Amino acid sequence: MDGLKPRLKVESPAQRGDVVEVRTLVSHPMETGYRRALDGARISRDVLTTMVCTYLGEEVFRAHLHPAIAANPYIAFQLRAASSGPVHVRWEKDGAIVAEATGVLEVTE
Amino acid sequence: MRWLPCALLLHSLCCFAAEAPRSGYDFLSEPNRALQDDEFANPGMLWVDLGSVLFEEGCAQCHAAAKMRGVRLRYPAFDERTGKLLGLEGRINRCREERMHAPALAWESQEMLALTAWIGFASRGLVFDVAPDARTQPFYDAGKAFYEQHRGQLDLACGHCHDRHPGDRLRGEVVSEGHINGYPAYRHVWETLGSSHRLFHWCNDAVRAEPYPAGADEYVNLEYYLEVRGRGLHVETPAVRR
Repeated sequence: MDGLKPRLKVESPAQRGDVVEVRTLVSHPMETGYRRALDGARISRDVLTTMVCTYLGEEVFRAHLHPAIAANPYIAFQLRAASSGPVHVRWEKDGAIVAEATGVLEVTE
Repeated sequence: MRWLPCALLLHSLCCFAAEAPRSGYDFLSEPNRALQDDEFANPGMLWVDLGSVLFEEGCAQCHAAAKMRGVRLRYPAFDERTGKLLGLEGRINRCREERMHAPALAWESQEMLALTAWIGFASRGLVFDVAPDARTQPFYDAGKAFYEQHRGQLDLACGHCHDRHPGDRLRGEVVSEGHINGYPAYRHVWETLGSSHRLFHWCNDAVRAEPYPAGADEYVNLEYYLEVRGRGLHVETPAVRR
């Protein structure tokens, strides 16, 4: 990667049953594979294909990404607070994990 | 009552002359403004994060992070040693080479952008109030001359667009006043953060002029002139621009 770390923000603390927002931002060129460099050489395809979020070890959100999504994808979604635990997000490229981030959701009764 | 229209005219002329500069932010679409204002989603914050880490790893051996607020406003500054202006990037590299015995960073490298973004971010909201003194006046004049010089196949000076046509359109783009208070900024056309010198390079290319290399004296002087010209604007680093 380019040294830039993914950003993850979980709205925390929350009360049990609350809907909380999870925001993510990852540095990635999302190169489509259709462009050519100045010398005419094809720039090879390099896109994140999947983003997965797990909460308390369980998958709660999954997104499939495609070419034509702008560089440095920002994705926000919501989940329902159940109990305190880690929120883990990973980005995959063709099945291989290329970036990860972990946050914590504190849940009060 | 005959004097009233004259008075009104005079009044509007005075207002025009004293009109405050308008940041590129004012010419952005609503979604792009929202993106810049959002301290999480603003893509430039990726570099600010990295800059914060790099600062703690290296710079913090001498500098206190809390005292970096305001630094962005002081560069480019007159440099006794060379007798020329020294920009923020030049200052960082001198620190690295002489104090840290580390290799200089390339101008548009991620690390350099990260540090300038972090330092700019530390001054976010502070108002530019740069005034040339006896030592910097020649460089201000050189920067101003550069700004007013017709250049390229299109034979355009910066002011032809940025003084005469701010707010008008160039095809799909809205012309701004050409201030650099948000740089380094995240430009959508680049899909990355870029320095003000990269912007000058891009502008020179756009009028089909031969650009100068990043860090050239011509660009440092221009940067200084633009900061004086943009007095009253506040630091927006990392800004979002088209």
